[in-house]
Amino acid sequence: MARSLTTYLDDLRDSRVWRSIFRSGPGQSNLHRALVVQSNVFLHLFSVKARKRVLDFSVTWYLGALTFGAFLILVITGVLLMLYYHPSVPLAYSDMKDLEFVVSSGVFLRNLHRWSAHAMVLLVFAHLAKVFYRGAYRPPREFNWVIGVVLLLLTLFLSYTGYLLPWDQLAFWAVTVGSNIASAVPLLGHHIRFLMLGGNLVNANALLRFYVLHCMILPLAAILFIAIHFWRIRKDGGLYAGAPTTTAEKEAER
Amino acid sequence: MADETEKEKPEGGEEALDRRQFFVRVGVGSLAVAGLGTAVFAYQFLSPNVLYEPSPIVNVGSPESYPPNSVTLDPQAAIYIVREAPGFYALTAICTHLGCLTAWKPELGIIACPCHGSKFNRDGAVIAGPAPRPLPWFRMWLSDDGDLMVDRSSPIAARQFVRI
Repeated sequence: MARSLTTYLDDLRDSRVWRSIFRSGPGQSNLHRALVVQSNVFLHLFSVKARKRVLDFSVTWYLGALTFGAFLILVITGVLLMLYYHPSVPLAYSDMKDLEFVVSSGVFLRNLHRWSAHAMVLLVFAHLAKVFYRGAYRPPREFNWVIGVVLLLLTLFLSYTGYLLPWDQLAFWAVTVGSNIASAVPLLGHHIRFLMLGGNLVNANALLRFYVLHCMILPLAAILFIAIHFWRIRKDGGLYAGAPTTTAEKEAER
Repeated sequence: MADETEKEKPEGGEEALDRRQFFVRVGVGSLAVAGLGTAVFAYQFLSPNVLYEPSPIVNVGSPESYPPNSVTLDPQAAIYIVREAPGFYALTAICTHLGCLTAWKPELGIIACPCHGSKFNRDGAVIAGPAPRPLPWFRMWLSDDGDLMVDRSSPIAARQFVRI
């Protein structure tokens, strides 16, 4: 069975359609593997090779990859939630209740979105701390550190804008408090609050603005900066490994 | 390349510009003007000109509906109507710290904010907590129908009572 399956897959990879899409063709050589990465629009952001040592769990705890995983879950569940949610004052809260009690699997998707959002904030902080304490922010990676800080802010803004959307008491007062914190900015504070809420009160305009920010502007910005973040890892010489410590590592990297 | 960088060094007047530098300046200048225009356009577009928000002026009913020496919260309008011996006054129920709705605690005789623990006297003065300013008083008057009116957009100096 296994034999026939691999033969089938090999035939598929050798087919004209497959080869028109994936130009690297069949093969197991290092050159072939490098071509697979280089000729794929998503994979080419990454290095074609990495030191075996940096792929150990202890080096990164896979925190960046886990954060990206949480982001992917959030995009998928978020798009599905959008199909049942209207960003309007009379409907927002009841749509959220419908998702919890009426829509099939709605409570699962909503909770998955909510918990992944919490997880993403935690993971981003953990990733930042891990990078900081390993010293992986140092040159030549200082620009990627800055991109990472931008991504931290985008994560927090995504979290904050999403918090208003259920339109319950918690959401309303959290955004009231948050927008008043924004108005503490010297000179421009009240303008910032006015633009943020689209008015003087947390009301229909604020709900719509937060919805557009949460579902369009901030995710697009996050995707752009994530792409730059990943690409810069390759450009800055791969994941930060530090100096080899054991003789075996030194031997392997000679 | 080397002599180009030498040419870009300022040599005094505008006459020293070569054609490349001139077009670079025109280009950068046009981009700056376009950027400024975009910023103004964006600011204007994002500031709504018409707001469908409740009127700041509210009718809070007849003075007789408030017992003597009482503090009454109108949660919809987010104001307190206070009746004391010298007369009536209205003050905001919105905390001056971060905008939460405060509550009157009759058993303690104070106004308290549930969010971060600010406490105020019934005249709005801060007793405790992070609130930076007292609760402002609002302009209040009697309408022609004899109802008390409050303008929530006009803060006034404290201790200006409406005498009935």
